[in-house]
Amino acid sequence: MTIKSVLEVLNLSASFGTHSVLKAISFSVTTEQITAIIGPSGCGKSTFLRCVNRMHEVVHGASISGDILLNGASVYGKDVDPVLIRRRVGMVFQKPTPFPTMSIYNNVAVGLRLNGLKKQAILDEQVTESLQKVALWDEVKDRLSKPGTSLSGGQQQRLCIARALAVNPEVLLLDEPTSALDPMSSGKIEELLRELKKNYTIVIVTHNMQQAARISDTTGFFLTGELIEFGATKTIFTTPKDTRTEDYITGRFG
Amino acid sequence: MNWDFFTKLPMPVGENGGGMAHAIIGTIKLLFVAVAIGFPVGLMGGIYLSEFDGKSRFAYSVRYAADLLNGIPSIVIGIFVYIIVVLPMKHFSTLAGGIALGMIMIPIVLKGTEEFLKLVPSTLREAGLALGMPEWRVILTIVLPTAFPGVMTSMMLAIARVSGETAPLLFTAFGNRYFSAGWMEPTASLPAMIYTYSISPYEDWKRQAWAAGAVLLLLVFLTNIISRSFLRPKKMV
Repeated sequence: MTIKSVLEVLNLSASFGTHSVLKAISFSVTTEQITAIIGPSGCGKSTFLRCVNRMHEVVHGASISGDILLNGASVYGKDVDPVLIRRRVGMVFQKPTPFPTMSIYNNVAVGLRLNGLKKQAILDEQVTESLQKVALWDEVKDRLSKPGTSLSGGQQQRLCIARALAVNPEVLLLDEPTSALDPMSSGKIEELLRELKKNYTIVIVTHNMQQAARISDTTGFFLTGELIEFGATKTIFTTPKDTRTEDYITGRFG
Repeated sequence: MNWDFFTKLPMPVGENGGGMAHAIIGTIKLLFVAVAIGFPVGLMGGIYLSEFDGKSRFAYSVRYAADLLNGIPSIVIGIFVYIIVVLPMKHFSTLAGGIALGMIMIPIVLKGTEEFLKLVPSTLREAGLALGMPEWRVILTIVLPTAFPGVMTSMMLAIARVSGETAPLLFTAFGNRYFSAGWMEPTASLPAMIYTYSISPYEDWKRQAWAAGAVLLLLVFLTNIISRSFLRPKKMV
């Protein structure tokens, strides 16, 4: 298997106004892997994710330097349209965000329609496929026309993952996707991610260290905007090089 | 009140019977013009304030102007429209009356729209953007539909408010004993009829003023029901 880096982060710094949130981060994410990003609150984990799909700049006063390469091409290139980048990078948020005025079906189809897909038969097929991928199909196939918000929290989150997957993103970003869910639903999502990594490159931000240890192949530890350590999850959790990583993982702070 | 009230024109003083058909039609026409002005301007203004650039100096002045407009006595708006529309055209008209009512509607719709759009959680906007939607599409397909019931409510509120306005109409739509000949002609309206009839010394006219009041209420009520049934969440597929 050739190791191909899907995401290459080059000396990335980000800030809000004068407040610097990320300081010169560099690492790369390889294909068909789950990369976990751990660290205490406010260390820049979410900001990092938002830099990848250019959502960081949506916030007033946000700025950025350095670069991110998505499959070799710069995300911050001069004539790169952020809207098109966001179609290549899927994102799932902490709180499930199904669009309340749309049905379950439309919540998934909205991204497909965005990409110009109009034929009903193909839409049906792709929606079904996406819902099957997140193991939601059997639960919702009889009520596709019901609002997306009528589902339970865990189902809503899987619906959001299906929505993100429908457009076949090159990378899937998850920002603490299970922190608002109960252990059962979280378990289901973890299981799902393990399944999805066969076809997608996944980056997940999590506060739950056990979760990072369970599902990820690579882990990055962020602390106050710096990348302290980055490497194979096993190494990070068993023999961390940096004492700060060890302190965090063993629960001495954070 | 009987059927004639809805279908006939007023009778000369002293004769019983007659109706206010011209005023009912007049009020509907006036509201039509008012809605055509008040809804789009108010809606677009509200979208601008909530979704674009809401903190700029210009946005502040728009907001301030809307508050001011809301606070201006309606008769002053009537005089204003009298000067900018009636005088140049040299006669009273349905159009002028509608413009006056529309101006009263603008701040109500605008503030309502802004407030209800702001209530839409920003996480939904972000989810839309993260999906690769351009901003205008996020607004059209996610933010507006989510806030729609609220926006609709503020529009209904605006209709209810202006359909009872009398003062601005005295200077603009004026009044008419017959059916108005067109948009450019003066027209009767229910509130104005209520006003003239209720201060008249004739018992029969006073009775008709009460009836006109009831019809006006009914009209607003019907608008509400019709718009709500139109806009009830359709079956989603």
